[in-house]
Amino acid sequence: MKRKHKRLTFVAVAMLLLAGATALVLTAFEENIVFFYSPTDLLAKQPAADRRLRVGGLVEEGSIAKADGGAVVTFRVTDLDNTVPVTFRGILPDLFREGQGVVAEGRLVDGTFRADEVLAKHDENYMPPEVAEALKASGKWQHMKDAMEDSGQMPEADAR
Amino acid sequence: MIVESGHFALVLALFVAVVQATVPLIGAQRGDAAWMAVARPAALAQVFLVAVAFACLTYAYVTSDFSVLNVARNSHSAKPLIYKISGVWGNHEGSMVLWVLILAVFGSAVAAFGGNLPPGLRARALAVQAMIAAGFLMFILFTSNPFERLVPPAVDGQGLNPLLQDPGLAFHPPFLYLGYVGFSMAFSFAIAALIEGRVDAAWARWVRPWTLAAWAFLTIGIGLGSWWAYYELGWGGWWFWDPVENASFMPWLAGTALLHSSIVVEKRDTMRAWTVLLAIVTFTLSLLGTFLVRSGVLTSVHAFATDPERGLFILILMIIVSGGSLALFAWRGPSLRGAGLFQPVSREGSLLLNNLLMTVATAVVLLGTLYPLFADAVGAGKVSVGAPFFNIVFIPLMVPMIAAMAVGPLLSWKRGDLGGAMTRLWAAGVAVLAAAAVTWWVHEGGPLLGLVGIALATWLAVGTLVELAERLRLFREPLADSLRRAARQPRAAWGMSVAHMGLAIAVAGMTGAGAWKVESIQAMQPGETVTVSGYDFTFEGAGPIIGPNYMGVGGTFTVRRGGDVVAVLRPEKRTYPVRNMPTTEAAIHTLFTGDLYAVIGDRDEDTGAYVTRLYFNPLVAWMWGGGLIMVAGGALSLSDRRFRVGAPARRRRPAAAAASA
Repeated sequence: MKRKHKRLTFVAVAMLLLAGATALVLTAFEENIVFFYSPTDLLAKQPAADRRLRVGGLVEEGSIAKADGGAVVTFRVTDLDNTVPVTFRGILPDLFREGQGVVAEGRLVDGTFRADEVLAKHDENYMPPEVAEALKASGKWQHMKDAMEDSGQMPEADAR
Repeated sequence: MIVESGHFALVLALFVAVVQATVPLIGAQRGDAAWMAVARPAALAQVFLVAVAFACLTYAYVTSDFSVLNVARNSHSAKPLIYKISGVWGNHEGSMVLWVLILAVFGSAVAAFGGNLPPGLRARALAVQAMIAAGFLMFILFTSNPFERLVPPAVDGQGLNPLLQDPGLAFHPPFLYLGYVGFSMAFSFAIAALIEGRVDAAWARWVRPWTLAAWAFLTIGIGLGSWWAYYELGWGGWWFWDPVENASFMPWLAGTALLHSSIVVEKRDTMRAWTVLLAIVTFTLSLLGTFLVRSGVLTSVHAFATDPERGLFILILMIIVSGGSLALFAWRGPSLRGAGLFQPVSREGSLLLNNLLMTVATAVVLLGTLYPLFADAVGAGKVSVGAPFFNIVFIPLMVPMIAAMAVGPLLSWKRGDLGGAMTRLWAAGVAVLAAAAVTWWVHEGGPLLGLVGIALATWLAVGTLVELAERLRLFREPLADSLRRAARQPRAAWGMSVAHMGLAIAVAGMTGAGAWKVESIQAMQPGETVTVSGYDFTFEGAGPIIGPNYMGVGGTFTVRRGGDVVAVLRPEKRTYPVRNMPTTEAAIHTLFTGDLYAVIGDRDEDTGAYVTRLYFNPLVAWMWGGGLIMVAGGALSLSDRRFRVGAPARRRRPAAAAASA
């Protein structure tokens, strides 16, 4: 093989790889991208039931209930304008509490969100950025922030 | 006073770094030996100053000095000593000081042990190293000063996040940083070589040990992180393709490619420009990892409180580093054309294939990780990219990669014989068929992915053994001759065999835990028994427990198989009053065939039942075992005599290349 041919072989292999990877990425994106909805979005857009999605907001106060001896948990997620009921089977993350931000992943079936994953956070001061944005969109962020600062869930805007 | 000295030491370190970044560089450009010689004492002074700062901060933590804001925020007087110390880097400010300390330690290692380096290269590499240090020292001093005072002092601290009060996570950040920062060495040498316009076998021999060390540390760091997630979060999973996890995985992938391409530069003196580019990319990805974790721009299950403003600073730093170095590469790179020619089917060709697959894999992980940011920026909505995406794109890239891994080492340099290599791999082929048949029989078909994974792991394991046997001429010559050959093998060759074997074992572990995990979630009354994958978990009951800085509930499970007690598991649910934060402590019993895993949840007030989550995770421990073996392979290779003896002088290059080929 001549030098030129050799280089062509390498380029061809690299191109093939890239093309294959691109095709994979595109098909995977098609099916596996998970869109984020706030409860208000969810009511307005009514996504298809077979689509995986994420819903985020605050766990509504007093909405947590248990069924099946505690193995199934139901609660409502709110952006303080609208709420959506959620059911989840399993042990909730340690930092799951009423009045705190939460992101759940699953499917919307007959108006109830069936979560198969509730995202944990490792830090009680952390608020998922999407949730903060959803609250800002519903115009309740400032109200929420004040309440959280008062209850000590969020450090005040200081040197940090 | 001690706290102020720490702060002062950091400021001094910044000035030293600025001097070290400029004077030796100008000296090297002018060929002025005196100016170049500044680099060495400056690097040593810098490590001393940063170490003083780090020691001062540690002192503040150990003595619980709550007049320091950082200590008051992240420590507590009633914390075990080890977590007071690990608390130093369990927060943003302290972890950045650790970052700079490790950077300075690596720099001083070049200064202290780099006596055989050409003075110009050493001066330039140390100058580049100091530029990075200066950037990060400015970052610490301007945006995240760990020595800030709190007036009036706090009575007690707010405590360290209980999830971080764990031996696995106490040492996760230092190892991760040793890896990230270790790649800065390859980067500095790459930039220095670009300025010099010279990359050769001798250069690769200096760069390789640093890359190898960084890679091994990063492997430990990632392994510790995933092990911690496995037992501490109580989800029974070990890898979630979360942005924060991907942030550490991308430099690992690129670093693995760099490790292999620098072999080609060292042995065959070709693929030079590519290797330099990989060194730049790997370190840029390390910076990107730091940025993603620190800025909180992506929603992560592992996110801690973050600060977008600081993220912006790191982002700017990253743009300067990567933009500047890529511009330099575009300018000087074309002069680095390789000398050696090789056929597509050859050792070089197989290493190139490894590089292509690794970089494409890095690119798809990067794409998936950053896609939510792009989508948000162009107004396509808020999205997240989860594990299904990564599994679909990543696994098909790794299948040919592992398949080729068994073949590559059997090909000779320059021109390989693919047919001959495949013939010699007949044993591996037979083993693959046997393993697939056994897997099929045990799991009654099982998912296809499981079969493929086990087949690949077997192929790689037996292929590695075949290659070793070929090298030692085992079974062809008398055993004594083979043993004599074994003793003469360079340690780097042993390192390769061990590391590849480690990957085979890890692949088996990932496959087992990924394809055949059995999960069972239910409410259980004391005395009740649930059977998971043939193991009977009997819930004996639960009672209160009290620890040094926590309290909680502990449950007891007796696990039996066919009536015989296999293990007693005691999972806990703890509450740390200082932060009013509950944590889950899973109970795990590791068997050769898999892990028994139990988690206890809340008690139902009406029925008295506890929510429990029970798992059988087949082969999962093999993954971390395999990871450790890979690290052992790296360490073995690192101890190779030729790295200790030092690189050959440049003018002897042809002879050295011939000897090692």
